[in-house]
Amino acid sequence: MQDRRSLTDTQINDTLTNSVLRTPLHWYILTGLFATITLLGVIAVGVLANRGLGMTGMNRPVMWGFFITNFVFWIGISHAGVMLSAILRLAQAEWRRPATRAAEVLTVFALGTAAMMPIVHLGRMWRFYWVFPYDWARGIWPDIRSPLVWDPHALSTYLIGSSLFIFVALIPDFAVLRDKTSGAAHQIYGALSMGFRGTVRQWRLQAIAGIILSALLLPVFVSVHSIVSWDFGMALAIPAWHTTIFAPYFVIGAVHSGVAGVITVLILLRWLFRWDDYIRREHIDALGRLLFVVANAWLFFFALEFMFGLVHREGTEVVVRDMWLFQTPWNVIFLLFLFTGYLIPVPMWLFRSVRRSFPLMLFTTILVNIGMWLERFLLIIPSMGRKHSFTFVWGDFAPSPIELIIVTATFSMVFMLMLLFAKAFPLIPIFDIKEGAVLRDEIKIGRRTVQAIIREE
Amino acid sequence: MSRKAILGLYETPDAAADAVENLQGASVDSNDYDILSGTPYPEGTFGEPPVEHKLYVFPLAGAAIGLTLALFEGFGTQLAFPMVTGGKPILSVPPMIILAYELTLLGAILFTVLGIIFESRLPRVVKGLYDERITEGLIGVVCTFDEGRDEEIAKCLTDAGALEVKTESET
Repeated sequence: MQDRRSLTDTQINDTLTNSVLRTPLHWYILTGLFATITLLGVIAVGVLANRGLGMTGMNRPVMWGFFITNFVFWIGISHAGVMLSAILRLAQAEWRRPATRAAEVLTVFALGTAAMMPIVHLGRMWRFYWVFPYDWARGIWPDIRSPLVWDPHALSTYLIGSSLFIFVALIPDFAVLRDKTSGAAHQIYGALSMGFRGTVRQWRLQAIAGIILSALLLPVFVSVHSIVSWDFGMALAIPAWHTTIFAPYFVIGAVHSGVAGVITVLILLRWLFRWDDYIRREHIDALGRLLFVVANAWLFFFALEFMFGLVHREGTEVVVRDMWLFQTPWNVIFLLFLFTGYLIPVPMWLFRSVRRSFPLMLFTTILVNIGMWLERFLLIIPSMGRKHSFTFVWGDFAPSPIELIIVTATFSMVFMLMLLFAKAFPLIPIFDIKEGAVLRDEIKIGRRTVQAIIREE
Repeated sequence: MSRKAILGLYETPDAAADAVENLQGASVDSNDYDILSGTPYPEGTFGEPPVEHKLYVFPLAGAAIGLTLALFEGFGTQLAFPMVTGGKPILSVPPMIILAYELTLLGAILFTVLGIIFESRLPRVVKGLYDERITEGLIGVVCTFDEGRDEEIAKCLTDAGALEVKTESET
């Protein structure tokens, strides 16, 4: 049963530009709160830059800690945007319309946050640009045989591509804002809309642009997390990471956490901006079904990765599995990861009443992302701590307050950026919703009237 | 001869389509009229001719440029800093494939966006005849014509049931 309501263009404009033109009090409170935590993170990064990596819990042999865990996590979250937007756009899935932009924007902010983490992890973070081929004078060039050089190429491509994808789809909405504002705001939105008037040609190219850019971004989306997985899989020194399944396992894990992240954000935005007519139960239900499939695919890859490690009977692999299952606190973290990432949320999604409940979907999707963060932590830290054959060089990791503050601040920063974006631009694509309304119809079959969508061939 | 522009505003796509039909009946060239709307209607809704464009050329050109740059980077960095690793040849092909893959797609994306802007005839410095109610749901039919046909063109628009007709002189 779909719970749509007919809306006029004026009503759609008014509600969807509401977040830009009228700001609720709780927007200020939430943005202020997230900005304060983000500022604490910035101060922590400043302290780290001043004092060095000795301020962190990292030490030999665990040289990748919270920052790299957080990097992989945010890359994962960033995968939701293209997954939802591009695939659903190409498949002409009607329910994509209210979710695409929030997903794309979450992609860009998550990706930006992810890109910051290796830079913070560098210690001498002001030299991050050494990874790019720039040094004409000294003749020192990056070694392109390293996955650590492939990573910035993939990340930059994905970040630029996703940002442009959002920008192109925003042009018609800039025009709406131009027509609804005056003064400086009118000038700014006017410049951003570049004189868009909604001619037949402009709409036609918008439609084609969505398809071409979706098709171009999909291969990038798959490559980014594959390359991130090769940061691990191709690291010669860590035998527990040497598995060919890492690329698809990372990609599907990214989609799992990313789609969950999009649902979390959509539910929060619906509550914050009263978008009840746009983000409806049918959307959350559809996303919940998608998540159910993705979660099971992810479990399959996780199980394969877990079993391959044991079947090979390599010492370093077995010892990592031993840590996960039998050594405290790793076994507690492992159980937490399994229950939050899969065992609690996925059986709940079997029930339609859960998938159509905003509070329960919010709860379960937050659980998924707690689980997926812990999954990355478990993949990275134990493998590094037990990378050597000799037990006297084994080591453990405990995060320092600086790391905890910075990681917490990254979550605040993403939420803050989402709220700031919502203040400047519509987070639900206005023209897409209007197009959906034009293509909607009701057909009578026998005694029943069914809501239908007309699809252009 | 100077040219003038006229805009008719309509409440429904049917009325706007009638206006377009009237203009076609008055032998107005398809390049001289346009339909403005705040909603993307399916192609051909207003009886307008299909949009012709060359957008597909842009991603191909961008991909070719991206691939060239990637090969330049791949060969260039390895040859400029010839560090032998594990006795292997200096030029390693697999990483070059990865760089080529990423930069080819980056070039294609950048050029696609440029193509969209170019083919959409943007940026448009002079907005021309426009009405802000178009984003609120009205549909505009704008037509440019040679001076002297004012009454004939205005009649085409009003006969279709225009809510309002606006005119503006062009050079």
